[in-house]
Amino acid sequence: MSNSKLTRRGLIKTGAVAGAAGLTLPTYLRADGHAGYLNAPQGDTVTLGFNVPQSGPYADEGADELRAYELAVEHLNGTGADNGMLETFSSDALQGNGILGKKVVYVTGDTQTKSDAARASAKSMIEKDGAIMITGGSSSGVAVAVQALCQEAGVIFMAGLTHSNDTTGKDKRANGFRHFFNSYMSGAALAPVLQNAYGSDRKAYHLTADYNWGYTTEEAVRSSTEAMGWETVNAVKTPLTQTDFSSYIAPVLQSGADVLVLNHYGGNMVNSLTNAVQFGLRDKLVNDKNFEIVVPLYSRLMAKGAGANVKGIFGSTNWHWSLTDEGSKAFVKSFGTKYGFPPSQAAHTCYVQALLYADACERAGTFNPCGVVEALEGFEFDGMGNGPTLYRADDHQCFKDVLVVKGKENPTSEFDLLEIVEVTPVEQVTYAPDHPQVAGGSLGTCNPGA
Amino acid sequence: MGLTKKDFTLLIIVACLALFAPFILNPFPEGSAMAQFNAGYPDLMQRLVIFGIFAIGFNILFGLTGYLSFGHAAFLGVGSYAAIWMMKLLTMNVIPAIIISVLVAGLFSLLVGWISLRRSGIYFSILTLAFAQMSYALAYSVLTPITGGETGLQPKYTDPRILDGALAPGETPRANLFGLDMKSSFQVSAGDWIFTFNAGYYVAAVIMLIAFYLSIRIFRSPFGMMLRAVKSNQQRLNYTGLNAKPYTLAAFVISGMYAGLAGGLLVAMDTQVGAERMFWTASGEVVLMTILGGAGTLIGPVLGAGFIKYFENIISKINKSILEQWFAFMPDGIEDLLITLVYPFIGKGWHLTLGILFMLVVIFLPGGLVEGGQRVARLFKRKKPSDDTPDGKTTPAE
Repeated sequence: MSNSKLTRRGLIKTGAVAGAAGLTLPTYLRADGHAGYLNAPQGDTVTLGFNVPQSGPYADEGADELRAYELAVEHLNGTGADNGMLETFSSDALQGNGILGKKVVYVTGDTQTKSDAARASAKSMIEKDGAIMITGGSSSGVAVAVQALCQEAGVIFMAGLTHSNDTTGKDKRANGFRHFFNSYMSGAALAPVLQNAYGSDRKAYHLTADYNWGYTTEEAVRSSTEAMGWETVNAVKTPLTQTDFSSYIAPVLQSGADVLVLNHYGGNMVNSLTNAVQFGLRDKLVNDKNFEIVVPLYSRLMAKGAGANVKGIFGSTNWHWSLTDEGSKAFVKSFGTKYGFPPSQAAHTCYVQALLYADACERAGTFNPCGVVEALEGFEFDGMGNGPTLYRADDHQCFKDVLVVKGKENPTSEFDLLEIVEVTPVEQVTYAPDHPQVAGGSLGTCNPGA
Repeated sequence: MGLTKKDFTLLIIVACLALFAPFILNPFPEGSAMAQFNAGYPDLMQRLVIFGIFAIGFNILFGLTGYLSFGHAAFLGVGSYAAIWMMKLLTMNVIPAIIISVLVAGLFSLLVGWISLRRSGIYFSILTLAFAQMSYALAYSVLTPITGGETGLQPKYTDPRILDGALAPGETPRANLFGLDMKSSFQVSAGDWIFTFNAGYYVAAVIMLIAFYLSIRIFRSPFGMMLRAVKSNQQRLNYTGLNAKPYTLAAFVISGMYAGLAGGLLVAMDTQVGAERMFWTASGEVVLMTILGGAGTLIGPVLGAGFIKYFENIISKINKSILEQWFAFMPDGIEDLLITLVYPFIGKGWHLTLGILFMLVVIFLPGGLVEGGQRVARLFKRKKPSDDTPDGKTTPAE
């Protein structure tokens, strides 16, 4: 360190600067604002973080989620054209004057459907913008990653579209909640319908997206269909980035299978289904039975992508805009009025999650995550489009009816692509918290962050 | 410390920047409209220095030897996975995790480098790219039991963790340095300004300074000179009877270890690994960082890394309602027009903005941001453009 020069003048200068800095008296702040929890809302606003994929393979879902959140904020603040589901929600704690009298403001971020990017974006919401709750996402990997982050940081996470069993199974967290259904429920709801339609003597061939969600979905569908007598001939994993599935479809016919199960989502499903239909699989007769295709998780956006190919194909979904209960009608109406087209299931689950969070704060009388967790655990509600619903305390998973849908033969518009075949009652899709498909993991205790 | 006066000044400048980053990055008072552009929160500050390390390491290979590796993210990812396994198996203390991440990334880069360096130029780039994509595909699906696949890995209370005591069910393990929680920070307010000092950031910043110092020493060493020789004319080097491969391989491994160090630090700051970290876009990002800042310069890659991470985290979070606030004072028609014009470049459009800036830099400032800085400095100094010594600090290598 021979390069530093210490002179009298230099020392006095430095001392003066240091003294001036000291005089401004920086005060030590606690991150919790003395409220006992992280990011306690200051002033008359409360900040929510909407973390959705704005780029990448699920950007469509993300855009629809964001629309739903904006609508939810309008309804919570009472500034919208109507009050949406607030009118039909069984709890009437929400007054349309914000949450606990504080106006709701929000920040948005792009998860890019990558867990790293999603965590970075969520962290900036928590650390920089002071968000008290993070919600959104359109993939299970992201949901699990952000949920763990929120647990660690001490804010509430309201999961968006995530279907893997793990989110409320082995990766469940006390600060995280999921309204969306999961792979197990898809399998349990689909199996009886498939049995009715296709009989109990079938040979199934699975094509499974090669990642976590694909595995849990394959497992769920396999175990439900095998329980009713189907035989699984083969299960092949396909890379997530695959766009041409013809090389995977060709072997299906040689295998002697008569049902093809596509455990694919988003663009994967659009491509694999299109390939399968183009190969003429559905016109084939195998084992004297019509060859059939099943898609465990359906969404309207996917049906739109696959076009006419979805006709007559069974799948399950969390919610569909053609439901005629009061809650769904109210939501479809206000969404349609604002944006000009009906909402997707991603939009629905995100909208409901935002309302449920706000309602829990009102009922708890605080934004403290521990109070919110307590208010949400075991909470039973209705009027949100899925019939009577329970937020189970054991794993923070919602239990509600599941829809089995089928691609419509004669769609009347570009949104009217799916028809509801059956509403599977909640009892049929409920499982024990220690069911082998979701076993492992522990909620732990709620973390208020400070 | 074995540095020339010029280099020492540079090191001191970087040290000051790192030390006072919480102030420098938070220039706007809380609650003001400009607070949107503040970057002084722990997560981003950590990312700035960590990706700085990544870019410094990449620059040792690309800036000195001219070998363009398109697969450096693989080493970052491998380092991350090594670190998280150390945290799962041994202890949540970050030291063993960081050490093992450097070692594992070093070994992996030795393997990749040994094979890829049989070729040069575009073939080398493609080989490294292929290796990185292979690693990504493996981590994403085939190696799911080790890498956690799409979901990635996080430390859990159920992990064995030999050196730490057992945790209560559901308790979150926290990364620490001998008990100092990486996430702990304290805030100081002065007037309307709030400054956050984060333990993890300072740990990362100290390591970045060490990495920076090492990189200066490598640049100035005879070894660094050999690497430059490889870049300027490898054929001539061969004709003089020298085998360039050991040198390039050494540079490759060193830069792979830097990447591993960055990966380990990422895990130390935020205990989560996802396979996307190894995707080819991540490899491309570090190339952008280095070129944007100025390849072959010492400080350039750090600046480039900071620039890109700032954009990714700040510009991408500006949304339509914020724009509406900004332009609210204008008449309705003009407001709508401005919002329509600006909207594509913010939020999810930040890639677009970055792309345009990158083009502008490459076209008008081939030496990157460092060259921009030099030009500005020259404007103010008005001294005669003194001896243009290729001193590495300010002059981009050709």
